[in-house]
Amino acid sequence: MRARVFVTLKPSVFDPQGRTIAEALHSLGYQNVEDVRQGKYFELDLQTTEPSAAKKLAAEVADRVLANPVIESYRIEVD
Amino acid sequence: MTFGIVVFPGSNCDEDAFHAAKEVFGQDAEYLWHKDTDLKGSDVVILPGGFAHGDYLRTGAMARFSPIMGAVRAFAERGGPVLGICNGFQILLESGLLPGAMLRNKGLQYRCEHVYLRVERTDTPFTSATTAGTVLRIPIGHGEGNYFAPADMLQTIETNRQVVLRYTDPQGRIDDDWNPNGSVNAIAGLCNEARNVVGMMPHPERACEPLLGGVDGRAIFESIVAWGGSAESLALHPVGARAEGARAF
Repeated sequence: MRARVFVTLKPSVFDPQGRTIAEALHSLGYQNVEDVRQGKYFELDLQTTEPSAAKKLAAEVADRVLANPVIESYRIEVD
Repeated sequence: MTFGIVVFPGSNCDEDAFHAAKEVFGQDAEYLWHKDTDLKGSDVVILPGGFAHGDYLRTGAMARFSPIMGAVRAFAERGGPVLGICNGFQILLESGLLPGAMLRNKGLQYRCEHVYLRVERTDTPFTSATTAGTVLRIPIGHGEGNYFAPADMLQTIETNRQVVLRYTDPQGRIDDDWNPNGSVNAIAGLCNEARNVVGMMPHPERACEPLLGGVDGRAIFESIVAWGGSAESLALHPVGARAEGARAF
């Protein structure tokens, strides 16, 4: 199975890169883009065929390595 | 005393720290390769600046898995003094040896300049020879030195008086214009609750000789050298243990 892990800064943490990108988009005329949050995306190829096991393993890896829980949160999709 | 300077792939201030310890302060110094698992009898461990493991994933995120970090953690837990400078500070945060995390600098610029730091605490091995309120002028060079801790963690840090250095103006006043990276509460240096592990973004090893534009970094090294002769230091290294360590090396 493949797990996709999306890591972003927590909403409470200021994201200077996202803000700068949003400002650039505004200067290009994209006023409808209210805000941008930049993050990281990981694809994990897993040996398991069980979705719940895949999700559990991806969460463990995200907790231990892929995300820093002090500043980041993550979301997982498996298929 | 013996300084152990950890070398990760991508460290680039290891030789500066080695030079300061050995040539400027006349101490023994050993390089500790990141794949080593013993500290070669070090009395103090420095995690130097640079870009350990290319700063892949997050600054310091990969370095915490290097084999040497197990020995560094055990040393810290025994009360051994550990100083993380710049990338070394980031590694201490990722390792959980210090609380909090680093974000990109608020202005997104890599800042390479001299800054002013007010000494907040003198009850750490690395600031013991200074006085509280002293303003030090020491260079920084980093893109991710924007220290962050969630509100409750920050409260605990302040309550425990773990902030060792803050960015200030030349007179020692906190001012956003003199905070180079947006660090919360102007935090430039931090210690653990036991006070033996210290992280700081500025580079004291680059400010130990007049030729390099300033000598205020000497205060950090003078403190740890003075600590080396203290009862606390000697208690950490009973004579027998010292001799055994030397034989192993």
